[in-house]
Amino acid sequence: MDVAQLKRQLFAYTALLFHEGFLDEQFTQLQQLQDENNPDFVVEVVSLFFDDSERLLNELAKALDQQNIDFKKVDAHVHQLKGSSSSIGAQRVQRVCIAFRNYCQDKNVEGCLKCLQQVKHEFSLVKNKLETLFNLEKQILAAGGSPPT
Amino acid sequence: MSTSQALSVTSLKGEVTALVVDDDKVSQVIHHHLLNILGIENHVVGNGKEAVEIHLSGKKFNLILMDRDMPVMNGIEATKKLRDMGIRSTIAGVSSHSVSQERQAFIEAGLDDYHEKPLSVAKLLSVVSKIMHKA
Repeated sequence: MDVAQLKRQLFAYTALLFHEGFLDEQFTQLQQLQDENNPDFVVEVVSLFFDDSERLLNELAKALDQQNIDFKKVDAHVHQLKGSSSSIGAQRVQRVCIAFRNYCQDKNVEGCLKCLQQVKHEFSLVKNKLETLFNLEKQILAAGGSPPT
Repeated sequence: MSTSQALSVTSLKGEVTALVVDDDKVSQVIHHHLLNILGIENHVVGNGKEAVEIHLSGKKFNLILMDRDMPVMNGIEATKKLRDMGIRSTIAGVSSHSVSQERQAFIEAGLDDYHEKPLSVAKLLSVVSKIMHKA
C-alpha cells in the first residue's frame, strides 16, 4: 500500500473513532502537542494510560472481591481512572467511570460489578483501536511518509 | 503547523517557572509537556506534601498547577499551607468536574484561578497571561 493510501486510511479510521465516541477533543489536543522535538509524545502518554489503567482495573477487581467492600477505596480508584481517561480523550471509558462513581456513592455492589465489567470492556476496545491507529502511523513512517500533523 | 511552532512567538523562556502538583502520571506528563512547549521551566511533584517540601527547601515558582485530589496531602490542604507560609505565587487549581461546594472550598483555600481537567493549551495560556499581567 502506498503512503497516500495509508494516510487516507489513517484519516478515515481516526474520524471514525471520534464519530463513535471512542475519542474526544482532548486526544486532538495531545496530537497538537506532538512535534519533531517530541515525535512520540502521544504514544508515550497513551502507553502510560494503558499501564496505569490496567493497574487500576486490577485494584478495582480486588477491592470489589472483598467481604466488606471499602467503597471509598473503590471510588478513589474510579476517580483516578476517570481522570486519566479524560486526560487522553478516552470518552467512553470516562463515561462509564461517571456511572461507576454514582454506584459507589450508593454503595450498590451489583451496580459496581456491572460497571467494572463495562469499564474493562470499554478500556480493551479503546486500547485495541488506539493500537491500530498507532500501527497505521508506523506504517506510514516506514513507507517513507512524513508523520501526520 | 504544530502547537509548539505556533507558540514559539509567545515563548516565555526564562521568564516564568512552574510547579506541577499531581498524583496522576498521565496528567504529570501532559502538564509538564504543555509547560515545556510554552518555554516554562517546570518541576513535577506527586502530592501536596512534596509541594510544601520543595518550597521549604527554598525553591520558588511563579506558577503552581495544583491538582485537588491527591494522597498524603491534597490540593486544598497544600494551598492553605503554602499561603500560610507566605507563598504569593499564582496557584491555579486543576480538578475533575466537581460539585460547586467542593470547588468553592478549593478556591477559598487560596487559589488565584481554577480550571477543570483536562488542561488544554488555551486554559494554560489564560492562566499564564494572568501572571504576565501581575508582574
